[in-house]
Amino acid sequence: MREVAIVSAGMTPFGELWQHSLKDLFVEAALEALRRAEADTVDAVYVGNMSGGQFVGQEHLGPLLADHLGLRGVPITRVESACASGGVALRSAFLEVASGMSDLVLAAGVEKMNDGGDVTNVLATAADQEAEVYHGITFPGLYAMIARAHMATHGTTLEDLAAVSVKNHRHGALNPKAQFRQEVTLEQVMASSLVADPLRLLHCSPVSDGAAAVLLCPLERASEFTDRPVEIRASGLATSSMALAERRDPAFLDAVSLSASRAYHMAGLGPADIDVAEVHDCFSIAEICVLEALCFAERGRGGEAARTGETALGGRLPVNPSGGLKSKGHPVGATGIAQVIEIFEQLRGEAGERQVKDAAVGLTQNMGGSGGSSVVHIFERG
Amino acid sequence: MAGIVGYGAFIPRNRIKAEEIARQWGKDPAAIRRGLMLEEKSVPGLDEDTITISVEAGRAALERAGIDPRLVGALYIGSESHPYAVKPSGTVVAEALGLGPDLHVADFEFACKAGTEAMFVALSLVESGRVQYAMGIGADTSQGAPNDALEYSASAGGAAYLFGTQHVLVQVVETYSYTTDTPDFWRREGEFYPRHTGRFTGEPAYFKHVTAATRAILERTGLKPADFRYAVFHMPNGKFPLSVGVDLGFTKKQLETGWIVSTMGNTYSGSSPTGLAAILDVADPDDLILITSFGSGAGSDSFVLRATEHLPERRGRAPTVRSMLDGRRRYLTYGQYATYRGKILLNE
Amino acid sequence: MPSPRYRREVPARYRLEAGRCAGCGAVVYPARRICPACRGERFEPMTLSRRGTVVTSTVIHVAPAEFQMEAPYAMAVIETPEGGRLMVQVADCDPNDVAPGMEVALEFRRIRKEGKGGILCYGHKAVPARQGPAGRRDA
Repeated sequence: MREVAIVSAGMTPFGELWQHSLKDLFVEAALEALRRAEADTVDAVYVGNMSGGQFVGQEHLGPLLADHLGLRGVPITRVESACASGGVALRSAFLEVASGMSDLVLAAGVEKMNDGGDVTNVLATAADQEAEVYHGITFPGLYAMIARAHMATHGTTLEDLAAVSVKNHRHGALNPKAQFRQEVTLEQVMASSLVADPLRLLHCSPVSDGAAAVLLCPLERASEFTDRPVEIRASGLATSSMALAERRDPAFLDAVSLSASRAYHMAGLGPADIDVAEVHDCFSIAEICVLEALCFAERGRGGEAARTGETALGGRLPVNPSGGLKSKGHPVGATGIAQVIEIFEQLRGEAGERQVKDAAVGLTQNMGGSGGSSVVHIFERG
Repeated sequence: MAGIVGYGAFIPRNRIKAEEIARQWGKDPAAIRRGLMLEEKSVPGLDEDTITISVEAGRAALERAGIDPRLVGALYIGSESHPYAVKPSGTVVAEALGLGPDLHVADFEFACKAGTEAMFVALSLVESGRVQYAMGIGADTSQGAPNDALEYSASAGGAAYLFGTQHVLVQVVETYSYTTDTPDFWRREGEFYPRHTGRFTGEPAYFKHVTAATRAILERTGLKPADFRYAVFHMPNGKFPLSVGVDLGFTKKQLETGWIVSTMGNTYSGSSPTGLAAILDVADPDDLILITSFGSGAGSDSFVLRATEHLPERRGRAPTVRSMLDGRRRYLTYGQYATYRGKILLNE
Repeated sequence: MPSPRYRREVPARYRLEAGRCAGCGAVVYPARRICPACRGERFEPMTLSRRGTVVTSTVIHVAPAEFQMEAPYAMAVIETPEGGRLMVQVADCDPNDVAPGMEVALEFRRIRKEGKGGILCYGHKAVPARQGPAGRRDA
């Protein structure tokens, strides 16, 4: 397999973008990535999107988006893995370049959630319809059960959960593209309204519109497009049981653990080698569980990380310097690519006020549903 | 001789007190409780209906009978609150109980006596030899209109009776049915609440039919009220069943075990069948039991039953009616009650 | 809820029909073709007991449209004595009282309605269990 680099990126702001359709969002992000690389066309496109059909009534996104990008004829594949759609789109693009099949491949993600669809029900399609959704579960409900299991087994507290939201908002306040650019206090998080006990409104990532795109090419050609490429060192994808009830320990995300060990193995690196990470904090408890599954924290001790400042900018291992899903926003299909863009900018020293000093190796972790799928990528400064 | 080989009952755990309803409408709570002889009634949850009540009652009946459900040849559900207008409750209940598919199923309606009708037909099918076992269930979640007398009594619950010829717990000695066209209480298609004719529902309806059926069955069997250990009548409120019982020559002592209405309310098709279950929970072998139902429209079914020596050994297999009435329950405010009973207008 | 799908799911929903893997003994509910533990394809049919223990739970405050009138309601992962696992609502108690280790019974309930004119969908919910004296089950 060839070595692959990311040479350019483009991203819309994330938020309630009433003036923009799904097509508009995709074109804006994709065009920015292409223009920055001064790339005229691409060999292929992969676009992550969870639910164009249910949110805006549009399936068959491939030809529609290629057409509106002015690239009729280009092969384009729509990738779906619920909230991990973006990460899996990146993996697919990576494999197409690494295999030698194509040279210039765009990996994008887009979601338009605010056009009036029943968001709760659409998101619930990422859960097990027969076993879970039928009985009245919601997405926050699944993570709430995970939170309660983690709290009962490991003593994680409500303050530990709130500390994750506080940290990520502090980071997001420094991100011009974030949906929420104001900080929140621990007290505000703890007093926000209950969504699914113990998760409150400010423990939950928002409903967002947005798109993001990165341009991949073989490392040997990267200098044609940028003098600061970022190499993709590894990609690891794994799945776990869909129904939360079937996991022996609901507090442990085994798909995350497996996808991470695959990525570490492929890169020949370990958790200690990572300087900065973007992980899937769809709910604050998710960040806590993911830290443990990525081996950034010991099993059961993920709750301490945000509370002690270890994972804040300036801490030992900054996690979610972009603001994470919580503050930056979570347009489902776009999130995985947005995580990659943050690491891309960090490793190029272009992250401005959010810059992690001397960041050389970064990691992204993107997860679908209640942890049914997880994809981890490791990146290195070129 | 054919008889009851298994029985079971189910009463939802939510309650509302008569005084809470009275306060809602500005009526004197004490006068209501005294006049109707009602303290509280059962309320179905948003997730309960005639089908769910029938399933739990039917499960208890099968547990007491201890037979393979696939031997049941017929299932009849009597109710005036079947969840569908067209599609039987019986098919859902049958699948949930593990009956069939070699099975005859029908839903019955005859206001408050659809339960005993279902029992009568199930019994007769077994007596004819056409099926080995047949189950008849009476269950309801009927509505009482807001600010109407029936709102204090209309409640939810039901009982199931499995009939067979082997290992009979309660023999059926005799049955009798009495029917006329008397429009005392009815509900037209599409109406949400039933309508009733006030005092006309008393003497010309309830009392006439209950009395006629009971006197006829006593004559047929040559029995007198004093021969019975227990008697239970349809319970539209607390007063009527005591009144008709005493008029017919029964004592308060014979009536009290089956008289569960003051804390259960009127479960319509489940009323006298659940009262009967309360009796079977404590009856001794050889006790004679009388049950007469009443359904508006109007008619009464009467049964003379005799407990056998098998009854005490089997009844411990499922919950008693008293444990459901006196056990864990939850009192609702009128607002919660109105929400559960769909009395609050919503956009669908 | 499409009727063909509803019909297929009746054995699992109404009767808790499950499968015990003939190879490794794992209990699979609802039944499926390939054992998730050992990938075996031979199962013995069985049904889950109508009781179990709470593994973890939550209280849903912001509910899907169809369940809004019932909110807040508790949901729990239940493990049955034979090792089957299922996720159900917990009814007939204060939702905040549901905790790991709580003993429950599984009762037949109406799970959802499809608006004013659609089909009614049934299944089971957990309710707090209680044992009476001398092993007799009280309600």
